[in-house]
Amino acid sequence: MSTQISGSQATQRALDYAMGIDDTVLAFGEDVADPEGGGIMGSTAGLSTKYGDRVRSTPISEQAIAGAAVGAAIAGMRPVAEIMLMNFITLAMDMIVNHAAKTRFMSGGKTGVPLTIRTMSGAGIGAGGQHSDMYEAWLAHVPGLKVVVPSNPADQQGLLTSCIFDDDPCVFIETTPLQFAKAEAPPADHRVQLGKANVMREGSDVTVVGYGRPIHDAMAVAEKLSGEGIEVEVIDLRTILPWDEEAVFASVKKTGRAVTLHEAVKQFGVGAEISARIHEELFSDLKAPVQRVGSLNSIVPYSPPLEQAYMWSKDRLEAAIRKTLG
Amino acid sequence: MGQEGEGATLSDQQLVEIYRSSVRINKVDEALRKLLRTGRLQANYYPPRGQEVLAASMAAALQPDDYYVTIYRGLHDHLAKGVPLKDLLAEYFGRATGSCKGKGGCMHVTHPETGVMVTTGIVGSGLPIANGLALASQVRGDGRVTVTNFGDGASNIGAFAESINLASVWKLPVVFVCQNNLFAEHTAMEKCTGGEIYQRAIAYGIPGVRVNGNDPAEMYAAAKEAVDRARSGGGASLIEAMTFRFEGHNYGDMQKYIPKDLYEAKKKVDPVPALRAKLIEDGVSGEQELAAMESEIDEEIKEAVDFAQESPWPDASEMLVDVYAEELAEA
Repeated sequence: MSTQISGSQATQRALDYAMGIDDTVLAFGEDVADPEGGGIMGSTAGLSTKYGDRVRSTPISEQAIAGAAVGAAIAGMRPVAEIMLMNFITLAMDMIVNHAAKTRFMSGGKTGVPLTIRTMSGAGIGAGGQHSDMYEAWLAHVPGLKVVVPSNPADQQGLLTSCIFDDDPCVFIETTPLQFAKAEAPPADHRVQLGKANVMREGSDVTVVGYGRPIHDAMAVAEKLSGEGIEVEVIDLRTILPWDEEAVFASVKKTGRAVTLHEAVKQFGVGAEISARIHEELFSDLKAPVQRVGSLNSIVPYSPPLEQAYMWSKDRLEAAIRKTLG
Repeated sequence: MGQEGEGATLSDQQLVEIYRSSVRINKVDEALRKLLRTGRLQANYYPPRGQEVLAASMAAALQPDDYYVTIYRGLHDHLAKGVPLKDLLAEYFGRATGSCKGKGGCMHVTHPETGVMVTTGIVGSGLPIANGLALASQVRGDGRVTVTNFGDGASNIGAFAESINLASVWKLPVVFVCQNNLFAEHTAMEKCTGGEIYQRAIAYGIPGVRVNGNDPAEMYAAAKEAVDRARSGGGASLIEAMTFRFEGHNYGDMQKYIPKDLYEAKKKVDPVPALRAKLIEDGVSGEQELAAMESEIDEEIKEAVDFAQESPWPDASEMLVDVYAEELAEA
């Protein structure tokens, strides 16, 4: 008999598993303890009751939260700090960029920062300009960090567990609308290796490389185009930094065509880096220039029709795929 | 040896050790400035000249494995806490034998063996990280105290308020030490700092005191009280230790923003010669004894500078080592 879990439950299961097998795992953030609701999505529900002082609600102080995680990690703990929404990470960037990312190098390897910062974001739910952005590209520009964006509950559980036990600082980005979608639960000790992509669907004509929520749209578009005899290979990167070049290059070598896909705005996005690398390494294998699909280079709007117009879409992805086919 | 709490006093032997540590810092600072002046060293250097006694007295209240966090002006704190001089100077020279293999430099000295866990180049960033070190100690129950040093300028960054509040509500074993040298970079305190810094701690529900950081007895008593409080589960404290820096914000700073009469008044009470004079006046040490101590330190410094200058540069292959726990391929 299978158990169905949501994204939030996947996070809760990973934390419960990690805290159960390792006393150095801590979890803290705004409203994460049970008296405060166990997290706004219930992602930390039951943990403070079970693990006591190792799970703490914090003041609304993002720099103090991220800093406490940096310090605890330097002292040998494996803290999992929650920055409730990704827009709030702007307030913690000094701790993440200047300290978490650089400490191992600047100390000549004497200290490391095995922390995980969990955060959440995503457009399409009317949250407006300061509660919806995806900023993974900012973080992926910082050597020393690892950046992970899961697309489904099983990966969310397995990737989070891997982040917690990884010896480097990981930023783990949960997509808000995906937290409600349910899928089959993996075993409690499930882990997904960081830096390894998942080929969701094999195809011979075009490679779509993406991650997070738009992967589900890529699968739908691939199914539709299959009816026309166009076979799309869909790759879910899972980890943005370091991303799985080997899997992507092998696929594009086979198909000769590629489209990058993400929720973040297109300009200077992760898709630009992937596209550049494909052009650098596989130029002579390409049958068409790599196309990029992302959200429009604007602010996430509030009004529902505007917000839908802002977001990447199946139509835009389909058009980009067709463009590579000439 | 004094008792726990207010009024902890220094033994004669402790006072002599504080002088030894202070004059050593003073001499290392002078040696570094000479190396910079003569072009033998390239470094963004922030001289602690004038803050030596404060650092030595603070460290005297600590155990060897207590955690230390400090800032770019950190030489005095590093030496007082025990970072070996050769490791430290080799790091200043960017050599493979440095405390961080030459990869961090003078603003990022790390030496966990002596508890120096973080040296930050970002004003005010040490406080939130110190809370994390203290959190680890609290959860583990390891009895360590974390001390985080920063300047008066740092008291105006948001992290100061966030950190003191969190340390207060979590009762963390941390001591916030504001080394108030009266200037935030080039701006005088009265032009950029409202109210009293130590009172900000009181507003957040932790003890805050202001002391003359250049007076070893006063500084040590405040340090001991705060450290003992933290170690016994009584939570965080803030010490605003008044001091002065004689060599500007960074090396090469002409200090035109410091009024001449203020500078001269401070020079008259320069804490290192003042402590030396006191030791002799009180009959604690003899002139000959101190002179011998000082020439021993001169020898040690000469040897450490030679070691640092003669040490090899890090190999270029080090560039991608320590970015991650396991090296990633360069695209």
